Formats: sequence, structure tokens, C-alpha cells
Amino acid sequence: MATTIQSQPILSALPPASGRAGFGGTLASEFTKIRSVRSTYWTLLVLLVVSVGIGAAITAGTAASWPHMSPSDRATFDPTQASVAGLFYLGQLVIVVFGAMTLTAEYSTGMIRTSLTAMPRRIVVYAAKATIFAVVALVVTFVAAFISFFLGQLLLASTHDTATLSQPNVLRAVVGSALYVTLCGLFAFAIGAILRHTAGTITTVIGLLFVIPILVHLLPQSWYQDVTRWLPDAAGRALSVTVGPPPAHLFSAWNQFAVFAVYTAVLLVVGAVLFLKRDA
Amino acid sequence: MIEVRGLVKQYGAKIAVNDLSFDVEPGHVTGFLGPNGAGKTTTMRLILGLDYPNAGTAIIHGKQYAGLAYPMREVGALIDAKAVHGGRSAYNHLLCLAQTNNLPKRRVGEVLELVGLTDVARKRTRGFSLGMAQRLGIAGTLLGDPAVLMFDEPVNGLDPEGILWIRNLMKGLAAEGRTVFVSSHLMSEMENTADHLIVIGRGSLLADCTMEEFIARSSGQTVRVRTPQPDLLAKAVSEAIPDATTAGAATTAKPTATTESDGSLTVHGLTAAQVGDLAFDHGVRLHELTVVRASLEAAFMELTADSVEYRAGEGPAEQPFPVSEGAI
Repeated sequence: MATTIQSQPILSALPPASGRAGFGGTLASEFTKIRSVRSTYWTLLVLLVVSVGIGAAITAGTAASWPHMSPSDRATFDPTQASVAGLFYLGQLVIVVFGAMTLTAEYSTGMIRTSLTAMPRRIVVYAAKATIFAVVALVVTFVAAFISFFLGQLLLASTHDTATLSQPNVLRAVVGSALYVTLCGLFAFAIGAILRHTAGTITTVIGLLFVIPILVHLLPQSWYQDVTRWLPDAAGRALSVTVGPPPAHLFSAWNQFAVFAVYTAVLLVVGAVLFLKRDA
Repeated sequence: MIEVRGLVKQYGAKIAVNDLSFDVEPGHVTGFLGPNGAGKTTTMRLILGLDYPNAGTAIIHGKQYAGLAYPMREVGALIDAKAVHGGRSAYNHLLCLAQTNNLPKRRVGEVLELVGLTDVARKRTRGFSLGMAQRLGIAGTLLGDPAVLMFDEPVNGLDPEGILWIRNLMKGLAAEGRTVFVSSHLMSEMENTADHLIVIGRGSLLADCTMEEFIARSSGQTVRVRTPQPDLLAKAVSEAIPDATTAGAATTAKPTATTESDGSLTVHGLTAAQVGDLAFDHGVRLHELTVVRASLEAAFMELTADSVEYRAGEGPAEQPFPVSEGAI
């Protein structure tokens, strides 16, 4: 009954070590982590279904009511924006949860202590985590954006008012929606690194991306015009429009995206500094 | 080899680790003992760089932990067996650890076999008992074939067979020349495992000595004597000269003999041989002469009585305990 220890016979010898443990190994490790829990697949599946589904619902609905729409409504209808709206509004929510949990789940399970014992050079762990998340998010949001777009145009075929990628701003809107949603995820990742708490992080990010823009609308008109271009979600509003004049009071699409990118970069740096300095 | 020098860690106003210095040497099992809240886990976290000390250093193989080229090849550490993502399989958990240190994949299967978890390798760890989680954690420490192993309360949650298994494992690892540093709040767990003891209380070092020294120092080592002439022997004992070299440093007080309720005498401060000689010299007939070793648990309780963080009753006792010369 007593299991005696025969440590050597079972264990094979390790190859001699050279160099030192670094980014490559930790990147592989983080990829193993992300692909080895079911929640990843559920989250990404929900993101795809919600994004494509809502986009399809909006475009199919528009196609159905097209005969009854006024000429002015038809003129301002943006077939690209409508097709990727699901990714924009709901996909964004899903990716925020996914991004937040990339780091906060390690704190809630305690896994962070095991991770940092295996790789004590913390900046390596932080960078690898952010990189793997960004790559996975980019791939999934690009897939979601293009499926949404092509399916949406298919469903709008009867209106003869469909977009193609070669039209002005259309590719920018499709690619931009994927980039914007990925950036929302990184934004949540950074806030997760700062707060280290899942619920608090999701609440904060939703506040910053969804609630603040609504509150800003309540400001006096002149204030609103000054403030709106500095909101993080303005990037999404600027990138997704392909029909008519560019949205009022905003920077050009990519400059507006740069504003959000700078916010995210600053938060990622703050998150990294705290990740390095604090007790795990 | 772990070298801890002047380690201090404060959480707010509370000093968790207070100027702690000790070495953990290779080749034997070093028990790290102290009551709950004494600072054992904090000390281990400081050694691993999970927490940052307010002062002092912890050096392993001449470097701070975070500076080791391949940390898992040099140190295998298990602080909290439940610090895993419950949704991940045992295999993938170990794989993601191995990958950080570029360790070959085959090691994962091998360590799982070593700890007896091969059958549940593909199962998610959420369903694991604490004992299985401990085995998984221990498997993780062995991935890199490290020369230094650190376990924090590894027998928690293990059944008797598991406890025996881990004792043998630790002894085996030490016998291979590795440094094995294992914490516990129970002396009884260390009694049969550790060769060396580091005892702390309230973050401060109380003792750093071999197990034999610890036993010898415990003032509870006594001799039980049965004799038809107890009064004669008691008088002889009270006049005897104590022998510090054989009775231990802590028992240099004047030898005493007390009468127990069953009529036997309990002699403090003399060895069995000395009591036998005394009896012979004074012509006292002996019916029994037995060395009664106080349990290590009792010695440990006595040592840490003043430093227990959370106690049920009242009244800390006065009990300075000498720290061995080896400690800095």
C-alpha cells in the first residue's frame, strides 16, 4: 500500500539548458492556457454568433422594410455599418469580458501565483498574455467582421443598395470594426491588470465605453461638441460610417482610432507597472 | 542552497516577517515550523519573489529567484496546491508550466505518472480532491528536475497513504542531494521527515538547529525511576552535579526529582546513566529506569508558546529559546 518513491527511473533526463527562459516559451504557455479552457471557446462562439446574428437581423429587417422606406431614409442607409453593427455593439461587450478575464481569472483562481513561480520575470508574463489575447481577438473579430459584412450584403441584395469592399471607406469600416473591438478587449485587459478583479473591471470598462458616452449627451451642446471626440468609443463611431458626411465633431476615422489607441497604450503601461511592482 | 538574510516584510502596520536569516542546506529535509500566522508562507513567497520584501534578500544558487536562467530547473516550489484554473486539465496545467521554461513535453507525462495522476491527466482539475491537487502541485515542482524544492504545508488534505508517500518522496529527494525545504505548523509531521529545523514565531527566528539538537534541548527529556527507596534517591539527585554536555543546553538547571502519583520518580536534568550511577553510589535499589522523551510536539509547543498569533486561551509563558550558533 505504501507507494515508494522511485524518482529517477520514471523521469527521463532533461536536455542541457542553454540561454534563459524568455518570451517564446511563455508565449507558448499562454497559448496553451487560452486554448485549454472551455470558456475561451464559449466566449468566442458567442462573439461570432451574436455579431453575425445581429448583423443579419438588422440587414434582413432593412431588406424587408425597404419598399416602405422613404427616399431620404434610403439615401442615409449605410449597408456596411448595418452589417457590422452586431460586432460593434454586442461583440464589443463579449470581447470586453474576454479581455478582462484574461488576467483577472488568474487572480480569482490563484493561478497567477503558479504562473509567476514558473516565470518570475513578470514583464514577460504580462507581454505574453497581452500578445496572445490580442492575436486571438484579432483573428476572431476579423472573421466576425467579414462574415457579418458579406452575409449582410447578401441579405440586402433585394434592395440593390449593397456595399462592396472596393467602395470608399467600406474596407476601412469592416477592418476598423475588427480593430476597434480588439482594442476594446485590450482596454479591458489593461484595466483588469490595474484592478485585478473581474466584476470591477467589467463594470469599469462598460462605464467608460457605454455609460459615459450617454452621460456626455446630457451636457450642454457646446460642451458635448468639445468633449465627444475625446471619448474612447468615438473611434468606433468614426470608423464605421461609410455613407454621407463624416460624423460631426469627431477627428477623421483613423485619428479618432489613434485617440483610443493612445488611451489603451497608457493603460497597458500603467497595468504593466502595477503588475511588476505589486505583490502577486 | 537557499540563503535568507535579514528578510523583513510588513503588511500595513503588521510585521509578517521580522529580520529573518537562515540557510537551507542541500542533502537533507529542512522543516520550516511555526504556528499558524508565524510567517512561513510569507517567507516562501518572498524567496520566490511573489512578494517583495521591505528589507533583506533571499538568494538561491547565488541569485535572486527572478534572476535564475530557468527557474523551474533550479527550484520546484509549491505554495498553494489550489492555485490552479479549475477548468484546465491536469495535463494542460503542467504543460503550460513546462513551456515557460522550455521543458520537453514528455516530462509532463512522466511527472504525472510519478505522482500517480496518469488516469486523471485529461480531467479538469476542478473535480480534484485536495490530496489530488497536492499531487498535481508536487508533479509541477518536479518538471524541471530542480536541485531545490520548496513545499508549503504539502500534507494538508492528504490521507495517511498520501502522507507516507510525500514523506518518502521528500526523503528520497534529499537523499539525492537536493535541498528540500518544507513548511508545517505541526511538529508531528516533521518528526519523521526533517533532519534540520527552522522554527519561527511571529515572523522571527526561534530556532535553527538539527532535529537531534532540538530534541536534546527540549527541557522535557526526563528519566523515570521506580525504587523502593524514593526519598533516598530524590535526595541524591538534588545534590548531584548536572552534566550539560549530555543533558543538553537547556537543562543545565539543577537536577530535580518529583514523585508521581503512581509512586515513581521523574528526574529532570540528568541522563539515565547518571541516575543509575547515582543509585549505585548511594546503594539505592532500582526496579525501573526509563528515558522519557517529551514528544517533539510538546517541545515545539513550549518553544512557540509565546509567539502564537491566534490562540484560544490566555497567558503567554516566559521561554527564551537559544538560537543555534549557525544562524546569523
